[in-house]
Amino acid sequence: MSILTYIAGWPLLAALVLLVVPRKYRLLFRYVALVATMMSALLAVKMFTQFLPGFDGYQFEQQVPWVDALGISYHVGVDGLNVGLILMGAIVAFAAACCSREIRTREKEFYILLLVMTAGILGAFASLDLFFFYFLHELALVPTFIMIGVWGRGEKKNYATFQITLYLSVGALIALIGLIALYLQCGANSFDIPKIIAHVQANPLAVKVQNFIFPLLLFGFGILVSLWPFHSWAPLGYGVAPSPTAMLHAGVLKKFGLYGLIRIALPLLPDAAQSWAYVIALLCLGNILYVGWVAMRQKDLNLLIGNSSVAHMGFIFLGLASLNLIGLTGAVLIMVAHGFLAALTFALSGYIYQQTGSLQISELGGLCRKLPFIGAALLMAMMAGCGLPGFANFVGEATVFFGAWQVFPWVTVFALWGALVIGGIYMTRAIRNVLHGPLPKTWESLFDVALLQHKAPYIMLLACLLIFGFWPRLLTEKITPDADKIVQMANAASEPTSVASASELRTTNSELRN
Amino acid sequence: MNASLMTLELCVIALGVVLLLADFWVPNERKKFLAYAAIAALGGLFFISASGNGVCDLGGSAFNGAFVNDALAVFFKRLFLLAAMLVMFIAAEFSSRIEAAISEFYSLVLFALAGMLFAASSNDFVMLFVSIELITITFYVLVSFQRNKIASLEAGVKYLILGALSSAFMIFGIALIWGTTGELNFTKLAVLTPQFAASKIFLLGVLLVLVGLGFKIAAFPFQIWAPDVYQGAPTPTTAFLAIGSKAAGFVLLLRVLFSAVPAVTQQWANVLIVISGITILYGNLCALPQRNLKRLLGYSSISHAGYLLLGVAALSAAGQAAVLYYLAGYLFTVLAAFAVIAIVLKNLDNKDVAGLAGLNQRSPLLAATMTIAMVSLAGIPPLAGFFGKFLLLKAVLAQGATNHGYYCLAFTALVGVIISLYYYFSVVRAIYWGKDAADLSPIELSSPAKLTLWICLISIFWLGVFPNTVLNLANKAVEVFGAF
Repeated sequence: MSILTYIAGWPLLAALVLLVVPRKYRLLFRYVALVATMMSALLAVKMFTQFLPGFDGYQFEQQVPWVDALGISYHVGVDGLNVGLILMGAIVAFAAACCSREIRTREKEFYILLLVMTAGILGAFASLDLFFFYFLHELALVPTFIMIGVWGRGEKKNYATFQITLYLSVGALIALIGLIALYLQCGANSFDIPKIIAHVQANPLAVKVQNFIFPLLLFGFGILVSLWPFHSWAPLGYGVAPSPTAMLHAGVLKKFGLYGLIRIALPLLPDAAQSWAYVIALLCLGNILYVGWVAMRQKDLNLLIGNSSVAHMGFIFLGLASLNLIGLTGAVLIMVAHGFLAALTFALSGYIYQQTGSLQISELGGLCRKLPFIGAALLMAMMAGCGLPGFANFVGEATVFFGAWQVFPWVTVFALWGALVIGGIYMTRAIRNVLHGPLPKTWESLFDVALLQHKAPYIMLLACLLIFGFWPRLLTEKITPDADKIVQMANAASEPTSVASASELRTTNSELRN
Repeated sequence: MNASLMTLELCVIALGVVLLLADFWVPNERKKFLAYAAIAALGGLFFISASGNGVCDLGGSAFNGAFVNDALAVFFKRLFLLAAMLVMFIAAEFSSRIEAAISEFYSLVLFALAGMLFAASSNDFVMLFVSIELITITFYVLVSFQRNKIASLEAGVKYLILGALSSAFMIFGIALIWGTTGELNFTKLAVLTPQFAASKIFLLGVLLVLVGLGFKIAAFPFQIWAPDVYQGAPTPTTAFLAIGSKAAGFVLLLRVLFSAVPAVTQQWANVLIVISGITILYGNLCALPQRNLKRLLGYSSISHAGYLLLGVAALSAAGQAAVLYYLAGYLFTVLAAFAVIAIVLKNLDNKDVAGLAGLNQRSPLLAATMTIAMVSLAGIPPLAGFFGKFLLLKAVLAQGATNHGYYCLAFTALVGVIISLYYYFSVVRAIYWGKDAADLSPIELSSPAKLTLWICLISIFWLGVFPNTVLNLANKAVEVFGAF
């Protein structure tokens, strides 16, 4: 069995075990969840270190036939595109399990849902079968709704639950139609992604068909990733979600849509991808500028973080739209970096909420004095969010801008402005209002994280941000060869006009690589 | 003729008669055990039908080909037996609400089951009509069984009038078909159909038969009875109506369309597309404002008839197999929902969704079952409803290249699913976040009730995660239609 099956399997197994554990063993739930997610995190680290960069094809593959009649099989494997995502997902899941201490009611159900969600996400990223890819994502999505609905906080809980459920279900359904249409149109009669890719490379889809399927995938997946203007579920949902759920969803699950676009839409629908690239680039400005603007006016810390996380998605879309090696590598880099970052910020805001019971920025202030560790970590996270060099986000964003500049110089100018100015404004403002300034009397009794094991999740996530920030080569050497394959397929358009530009791009790509 | 082919049907009828007789000797407080005995007997029959030994040989036929026992018939017979077993469990739970003659209720369920078993094997218009009447007439009684409740009687009268009307249409249609072709057997008719495909009278006959079947499956525009009857009928009857009667309608519809008049069906693809689309939209849109849980499920059952028609309209083996698979998933899902309704709301007259408030505190198992059932009906992975809808959509989209109407249909289905998310989740919301629950006393579940719920739950998950076995059975079953 592949190590990937174990990575996704441990949490699922633990969830099944917890199902039969009686409710009175309250501590056991937590420990089982911790051990299971730690196992998958350790295995993911092992897989990441054993991964051979530049290996042709997929590594750690495993394939088991599932539904013969439809050509569905359980097929997992990693290449440069998902190896970092799985590592990130497993580490964030462990951190989320660590941060679940805040859950005090119905622990049994919570940990079961958390574990199912973890298994679903990791499985979806590892899956090389179109059906399981979608299926496992939904398996992770449904627990999200329940967790927000049952353990969510604040008065807007029900509304937010309803909105996020409807929004994401609609997105997932649209993507499903696109995926089924793709399966039927490509004629490979198999849900196996490598087989479909090989088949499509031999017989490209007609441009008309591509133009029908690509918008379905773009907007279906786009809703899942909170592409502007379909983003309004995200800040609200994260605002009320319990922090482990927000960490897992904003950090990991949301990347599924982007991963789907990169893995499936770009290589299989190259003509449509090229004609839509400009649209994506413009929409991503909506994320970066509009949502960034909205973030500046937020009065609630969680809503601010939620909006900034939506804004960050814009950079990934920009990298994706540039359709060249640098841009795409940068997009994958940000996906990994933002996973750590989003998880870290939601974990920290969750801790503050536990202590204060409020995240209204006007009521907070001077928290650094009482919470030096949390305050310092939040400061570092906010700085990483503005793209400070040294953190992994900087590497990704810089790479995306380099890639996008070649294709959309004007869009890049605006995006840069959004990243540096708007991002800088709301992040530094939040730091000033929350961490610095006079300490209100009400918060005199706050206490910081004391025990090392309670600090562990924050330290772990920060360390990951720093490691990949200082040593991005760990990721880029793995991403680049496989991103290159995607870029070549995405630029291998069948129309004569775009072939010229594609070959042009390819030469610039190879120049840049040298 | 080979009478042993009908072992299942004869056993079921005999069982019904035995129950009626046993009623004389069993004291009132023990009547529940009659139901359990019947369930055990049905379980035995199910086991025999599933083990595939000589009792129901594949491929045999009786009454000059009017009764066939092919793979399709066997698939549906297992489905009906399972449905009847679960319905009997629900009926036993519900028996306290039926004041008189509960054992008659049990035996009527068995007679309806016999009708469904015959329907699964019908290969002749006479057989079709007789089995449909056997089902419908028993249901007239079952629907109005709570004689002291006006709503139940009203539902019975409505079902009677509309049912009789549709039967009249159907028999008229059969007469027209017989008059033009001189043939009633599906297999023989299939050979004759091409030469009559232009005959207006013949086509009118086929249309009228479809009207009758449309009534059984509650497809637009013959759906008008469904909400009222679902609401008024005793809950076990509603459950049986929702799955048994609908599945019987579908097996007959498949037989008529693909086995008796395939040449006509080819020309009617657009009609089927339109009916399917409107049924989906009608069911889902009308379900939106409903507060009565049973009425809501009535409208939802209309929309599910529409989804099932997707597979019929696709005119392909994949579509037919998808219908079969979807029905298997629908069986457990809808019965799980009605089991919960029967247990929780049996003492509540208005059956309002708000009556579920606080259910998660009163009984976590019931709350979980209802939630899973609703989520599965909405078609969300990893549950049975998702895989069924996946197969249906795939079958419809596969035909899109030949007729663009199929793309519109798939889109309509998608819109329907999105609308349905709202009302299914409002049920879930009532369970977990419902305000001012009137009654928060814990609900004690009897062990048979627990067994029913667990069977439904496990099957919903099993069909969603391991579709292989049932899908292979469904694929094998639709091979009887040949390469349509």
